[in-house]
Amino acid sequence: MTTRTSLKGSTLPAYPAPPKPFYAKWRTWVILAAVITVYVWAFRGIPFAGIKPTAWQITTAVFRGLFHPDWNYVYLKDGEDLLRGLGETLAIALLGTSISVVLTIPFAIWASRNLIKFRLFSGASTFTLSLIRTFPDIIMAIIFIKAVGPGAFAGVLTIGINSIGMLGKLNAEAIEDLDMGPSEALKACGANRLQTIWHAVVPLAIPAYLSFALFRLEINVRSAAILGAVGAGGIGTPLIFAMEGRSWSRVGIILLGIIVLVTAIDWLSGKLRRRLVQGKS
Amino acid sequence: MKPANPISQLPQKPSKSLKNGLTAALLLAILWYSAKETEASLPELVDGLPEMGKFIAKMFPPDWDYVRVVVKPMVETVQMAILGTTFGAIFALPIAFLAAGNVTKNWLLRGPARLALNLSRTIPDLLFAALFAAIFGYGPLAGTLALSFFSFGILSKWAYEAIETIEDGPLEAMTAVGAGRLQWIHYGVVPQVMPQFIGFVMYMFEINIRAAAILGIVGAGGIGIYLNRTLGMFRYDQTFIIILFTLAIVLIIDAVSSKVRGKLL
Repeated sequence: MTTRTSLKGSTLPAYPAPPKPFYAKWRTWVILAAVITVYVWAFRGIPFAGIKPTAWQITTAVFRGLFHPDWNYVYLKDGEDLLRGLGETLAIALLGTSISVVLTIPFAIWASRNLIKFRLFSGASTFTLSLIRTFPDIIMAIIFIKAVGPGAFAGVLTIGINSIGMLGKLNAEAIEDLDMGPSEALKACGANRLQTIWHAVVPLAIPAYLSFALFRLEINVRSAAILGAVGAGGIGTPLIFAMEGRSWSRVGIILLGIIVLVTAIDWLSGKLRRRLVQGKS
Repeated sequence: MKPANPISQLPQKPSKSLKNGLTAALLLAILWYSAKETEASLPELVDGLPEMGKFIAKMFPPDWDYVRVVVKPMVETVQMAILGTTFGAIFALPIAFLAAGNVTKNWLLRGPARLALNLSRTIPDLLFAALFAAIFGYGPLAGTLALSFFSFGILSKWAYEAIETIEDGPLEAMTAVGAGRLQWIHYGVVPQVMPQFIGFVMYMFEINIRAAAILGIVGAGGIGIYLNRTLGMFRYDQTFIIILFTLAIVLIIDAVSSKVRGKLL
């Protein structure tokens, strides 16, 4: 293939490139045509022309409000203010994450293929976990509100159950990647199944387990901030009210509060996770 | 007599068990405070379970005829997710190049880029949707824009982290032969990150389908509007159809997308 260059004096015959297989020649075009079709179809569904004439006016009002946040709302002597709202949001995320961290243990062990030898059994758990993962948190919140009424507790339950899907999967995969040497050694000494898990699996799995929990906490703080939109407590409820009432300066201060809270938790959790990883190595 | 061990004369580090005990106490205190703040109570949950049971019982039998009504909004949901993911990806790539330390050496450019992507990542999708619904009116346009901004934040973060881990070899070679800045990015960086980036975009699409399904709760188009409506009218048999339909679409898209991602990587 590289002999197409002509040497001085003698011209070597240029080798023709081998003919491409039929599908390879057309594959690019077929994929391209499919992608274009999908986009044409998608664009037809969204009415881009129907922008309201008042859009610009509202936009300026929104931005004026966002850049002039209502600082008085940060702390009110009596009743609902920003700090209490954010505190409740954080409490929902913390408690919800803790609940899911505990509940996820049996699921993770159950779904890991190296501890559970019976494939059909671990497959059932994997399926349950993916079902929980695909279930939208807002819908779960609505169901829990039916049970315990609107409020922060419904948010806690939602986050507690909804996080199991992701945590269970990550932990099961982490257990599957574990070094099985210590387990086999214990088994050889005559340890029973529970003893093996407790002394050989748990100590190895702990750093990843805590790291996943912190990672999920970051997601849950964001989630807890909007669950209030359907009445599941936290800062989301006053936020939605402020938006419906078009009081943009209050929306501005709440938005600022959420940004500060989320950034702070991300930073703290990132720091702790880095320490966990270093402690392991 | 043995000489005193010099190590034992050093100030003792707090023992490990003391440290663990303090951590546990702190954690318990935080949890106790959280439980108080959220008024969590197990008896309330147990009392509420029958209510939840009634709610779920009212979902049966599901109103299968309702499927015909929700096909159109479901299609709209998928369209919103496709366009939102695409716009997010288009804007995410240049910002990711600006934010990556190995591509953009100038921190005056890198700083603002990182700030922009970190800031947009802190704002939840539903909040974007409510904002855009207020500006552009209720409908799928607001949802598409919300998903675009939401995807932008997440995709740009993933992309810049991927760019920072690419191999230097081709880049140094490009510099050595005197490539311009854009040539350098086009031939040195893009080929290395593109397969990974397309994988991220597919994964983002999966997330966006799930997100798009609920944006309607704040009026931003898609199936969520119908979800809200059936709940408001206590037609839980129809709500159940929406939930089932959403789950089915999400599972199908997840399966297709993970197949495509598997082929790419």
